[in-house]
Amino acid sequence: MIERLLNRLLKHIDGFLMGTIVMTLLLGLFVLYSASGESTGRMTAQLTNISVALVVMWVAANIPPQHLQRVALPLYLLGLVLLLGVAMFGEITNGARRWLDLGVARIQPSELMKIAVPMMLAWYFAKREESLQLADYAIAAIFLAVPAAFILKQPDLGTTLLIVGSGVFVIYLAGFSWKLILALAATFAALAPVLWSLLHDYQRRRIIILFDPHQDPLGAGYHTIQASIAIGSGGLAGKGWLNGTQSQLDFIPERTTDFILAVFGEEFGLLGNLFLLLLFTLIIGRGMFIAAQAQNTFCRLLAGSITLTFFTYAFVNIGMVSGILPVVGVPLPLISYGGTSLVTLMLGFGILMSIQTHKKLVAT
Amino acid sequence: MRFRSELKNYQQESHYFRMRLWVAGLLMLVCFGILAARMFHLQMTRHEHFHTLAESNRISLVPIQPNRGMILDKNGVILAHNFFVYSLEITPARVKDVEETVNQLAELVSIDALDRKRFKKIMSESEEFESIPLRTHLNETEAARFAVNRYRFPGVEIKSRLFRHYPQGPLGSHLVGYIGRINDKDIENLKESGQLSNYKGSDHIGKTGLEQYYESTLHGKTGFKQVEVDSGGHAVRVLSSTPPIPGNNLILSVDSKLQKIGEDAFGDRRGALVAINPRNGEVLAYVSMPTFDSNLFVGGIDTENWKLLNESLDKPLINRPLRGIYPPGSTFKPFIALAGLEAGKRLPPFSIKDPGFFTLPGNRHRYRDWKPEGHGVVDMQKAITISCDTFFYGLAHEMGIHAMTDFVRHFGFGQKSGIDISGELEGLLPTPEWKKRRWNQPWYPGETVIFGIGQGYMLSTPMQLAQATAIFANNGVAMKPRLVASIQDARNDSIRPVEPIIVDRIELHPENVAIVRKGMEDVTLPGGTAVAVGAGAPYTVAAKTGTAQVVGIKQGEKYDASKLDERHRDHALFIAYAPADDPKIALAVIVENGGGGGATAGPIARKVIDYYLLGKEPAPIETAAATPAAATPVTAVNPATPATTGDHPHD
Repeated sequence: MIERLLNRLLKHIDGFLMGTIVMTLLLGLFVLYSASGESTGRMTAQLTNISVALVVMWVAANIPPQHLQRVALPLYLLGLVLLLGVAMFGEITNGARRWLDLGVARIQPSELMKIAVPMMLAWYFAKREESLQLADYAIAAIFLAVPAAFILKQPDLGTTLLIVGSGVFVIYLAGFSWKLILALAATFAALAPVLWSLLHDYQRRRIIILFDPHQDPLGAGYHTIQASIAIGSGGLAGKGWLNGTQSQLDFIPERTTDFILAVFGEEFGLLGNLFLLLLFTLIIGRGMFIAAQAQNTFCRLLAGSITLTFFTYAFVNIGMVSGILPVVGVPLPLISYGGTSLVTLMLGFGILMSIQTHKKLVAT
Repeated sequence: MRFRSELKNYQQESHYFRMRLWVAGLLMLVCFGILAARMFHLQMTRHEHFHTLAESNRISLVPIQPNRGMILDKNGVILAHNFFVYSLEITPARVKDVEETVNQLAELVSIDALDRKRFKKIMSESEEFESIPLRTHLNETEAARFAVNRYRFPGVEIKSRLFRHYPQGPLGSHLVGYIGRINDKDIENLKESGQLSNYKGSDHIGKTGLEQYYESTLHGKTGFKQVEVDSGGHAVRVLSSTPPIPGNNLILSVDSKLQKIGEDAFGDRRGALVAINPRNGEVLAYVSMPTFDSNLFVGGIDTENWKLLNESLDKPLINRPLRGIYPPGSTFKPFIALAGLEAGKRLPPFSIKDPGFFTLPGNRHRYRDWKPEGHGVVDMQKAITISCDTFFYGLAHEMGIHAMTDFVRHFGFGQKSGIDISGELEGLLPTPEWKKRRWNQPWYPGETVIFGIGQGYMLSTPMQLAQATAIFANNGVAMKPRLVASIQDARNDSIRPVEPIIVDRIELHPENVAIVRKGMEDVTLPGGTAVAVGAGAPYTVAAKTGTAQVVGIKQGEKYDASKLDERHRDHALFIAYAPADDPKIALAVIVENGGGGGATAGPIARKVIDYYLLGKEPAPIETAAATPAAATPVTAVNPATPATTGDHPHD
């Protein structure tokens, strides 16, 4: 009886993916406990976040991919409407307009778009599968560019980056010509100065600071410098859990959210960092495997994009905390404190599981 | 252009998709490789560097201020010490509206207008993030009342501070000096001497007097606490600490009792007195009148008091013994006399018949004696006793300026005495070369003539006069004058005496010294110019009176009409040593605008000598003596003493 219930419950859960994710989440809880100054409040809140995210993942895993394919367009359109709403009526917090108060709940439509955009593009390419033209890539690019523009305008560089990434990955996986990729890359390089002039002052400063954080050691460069000191001083094995001086003495800003890796790196050292990279690699590897095994174009493209987006999260965050990428607001996936991005990530993993498990059903 | 995706073949398409995945996977591995390499770089290659940075982030050195050494008189009477006081302090950078905060604080603890003024002054001189005292010496009740309301005042704190206190108030303020807040110039000086790090915890430094001269002895060595701090700079715990080494105590040769008697003897007159033990150079009393209360300066003086002191016509802030320069007048004669005798001139039985004036050969200008009718037959000894100008005019002319200046320079004229207080002036020993350099004018023979009686360009400080007298009293052996007799190590209370230093040995013929001494002894005997000083004394006093025209201290621009006359009077000078046959004390007294030296300066000297040699304290009624009219303050000793003849102004 219980076995059957459990079976039913875990029917659409991918064991390997689930295992690595749970390990990462547990690791994250340990780090958060230290980073939050042993705050039980933070722990409880994060456990709630994780519970909600797990439920979302389970639900997504149980929805067959063909249903997802059907809601792709409406979801995308809804996202666009909400983004428009944010642009017009959104609340401004910390100088950015990202939240929309719907009366019953405050939501961040840009988070929805992290899933809606790759779904939309995957849906579109699947639909045009039979007669794919060069123009289709252009149309896909427009589907991508519109929400990206809205989000960039909020401004939210980190989310824009992730959404553009998720879309570009779909386009890439859909078979966009290598020659054109190279050509676009060359064009981008040529246009870089123009893009530079379009950036906000604070964004520009972040990039400048990246190359020379000591230009402004107490201002914009402070995050990078203190994070580097924390990680570097951790050494091979780290200073030990709860013993990071940089972390415990409040030298690392945003140490429970975007800069939590600095706490982790300080207390668990190089070995800890390599272990975390290994966990991420396993998750990504499983995602790639699922994408490769997927039955149809929609599933393939969506699974691939979700996996590559997860990679982007990890790479951008670790890169920024360790000082090789500019500081953009991207959390460390599955580790950073916060519910919104966690729910989105787990939704993605749920979709991956759905693609994997429902395929099996069909196959048998 | 042909698109691969146009292929309908499922197998092929799937294969193609997988190839794309492989490329992406490879790229991702490369990226993670870069991250791993970056981590390796940070955590292995540069670990030491970042470890050091993290440590310096977390560990902060908090200085611990050493206890400043005390200043004690020769009998252990405290002249300067420290105690802890509660001080209410504001850090302006952490306060929104300083004015409003002060007003609110005034409802809790009493803050008067002077406190506000002083606070404003210090604030204008300090950095925003410095903690500035608003009210010091809070009592327990006030401290408690603030503590209860503390939450209302971010940026306001009660600190327990070591406070310098001068229990004797205005007594000897010029010699003790005072400490004040460290300013930019002090920081510059500390930087130059490499002492800046030792002042990390200090906000006061010696500004004048012994407090300044012995700063390095008094200050001590700053200790340090290693504390772990968070990013806000708040101390979390103490890791280790090096205790401070307290400053050493100064034990003076000055007797505060003698100092008090000296100061009181001046009454409300201005002037200076320096008394020295001629045998070892110890300064016994160091009087500069009027004095001021050193305590005013410790917490930063308020503008009102500063104005009062700085603009007073009496110039109480001038350290007269070292910075008051006066023509020595007739007190210079014994040294010229000795110069002549040592040069083989005016040896006994040489004498002149004084007509009351002197003329240079081929010139009709008369250099007049103070006694118009002349002194009759005068030899060297008598010339000193009666202060015969004519005698010294002739001697000076015969010797020439260089012979005289070369000789008296050995007695310390025209140079710093080297006493242990800074800011000493050199005075002026004029020569033709100096005049040429300074004024580009030739030296006139007449200037040599009046140099013989201590007039003209000649200028000396009271310290120089006292030192010259001491050197003479010590038969030409010049001891370095010093106020500090010994230094007490604050750690083990061991006392290290300051060894006397011989700075010069002037070869003098005893018979010449005897002539001058006899002349000086007779000054305080009937027939001399300061009879009152020696009257009734059980010891012999060798002395010389003098008068100087008002040039020493410049008058303020504002003239007080009622005081105008008084302030145009001549300065009274007096040098003496006693007992004459075994000198234990040598001194110089200057009473500004005191008129004749014997009448006003002499009695002051007498009181000081009496106490020093006999332990005799002046009768209480006399502490207010030395008014311009007071002729014989020693009448209590011998009412039958005839009035002094006084000295005279020269022209």
